[in-house]
Amino acid sequence: MSASEAVPQKRPRPLSPHLQIYRPQISSALSIFHRATGIALALGTLLLAWWVIAAAAGPEAFAAAQWFLGSWLGLLMLFGWTVALFYHLCAGIRHLAWDAGWGYDLPTMHKTGYAVLIATAVLTVLAWIIGLVVW
Amino acid sequence: MTTKNASLRTPLAHARGLGSAKSGFAHWRGLRMTALALIPLTVWFVIAVIAHLGSPLPEIRAWLAHPVNAALFILFIAIGLHHGANGLTEVYEDYIHGHHAKLIADLATKGVALFLAAAMTVSVLKIAILG
Repeated sequence: MSASEAVPQKRPRPLSPHLQIYRPQISSALSIFHRATGIALALGTLLLAWWVIAAAAGPEAFAAAQWFLGSWLGLLMLFGWTVALFYHLCAGIRHLAWDAGWGYDLPTMHKTGYAVLIATAVLTVLAWIIGLVVW
Repeated sequence: MTTKNASLRTPLAHARGLGSAKSGFAHWRGLRMTALALIPLTVWFVIAVIAHLGSPLPEIRAWLAHPVNAALFILFIAIGLHHGANGLTEVYEDYIHGHHAKLIADLATKGVALFLAAAMTVSVLKIAILG
């Protein structure tokens, strides 16, 4: 028996694997989306604030806000805001159901996860089709 | 109750003080309560926005001047900003590790949220009262 075997080796201790090690799964992906859309909505509130304050300030300020929202950048931001809003709404309802103790088993968790994605897509497309028809 | 590390604090007092925000359960509960309120308010808001796309300013002001619409709009922005600011605090707690940086980020967020809530409420009231 050599001395090296008796003495505990100073080998690097295993670190817990981080995001880039895990295989992407619907559970983790939707959790990340929920947080990302929450941050996006918080930033998007600035746009809503601009619009409301401009509506109260006067016609010139409101025209400027409307011009921006109608520009390609404004429309892109509005589309992103719509996706984020519907996703955060649907995923948020799923989170509240979990908080109430419902839907923790894996088959249900997968079903509700895909349901959230489908509902987000349907609501976004529906809102924009109705919106563009009305506009 | 024969735990060796028994504390004089009751388990409830202990749980209330837990959490990196030092506010424990109240913060968690606040996010859920505001989330619940935001479900119907968001549905109302989306329908209202779609109904007024492309409307001229006087029409939008007339709609916002209705007391029910003004009330719902103020509730939507106040509860939404509360939910958003507390949600961002949760993100800071996870990713900002320095105590001072976390405190500054948290205070700045709450300051901006309060300002936006006040500015948007004043705007809605101005339209609602002055037309």
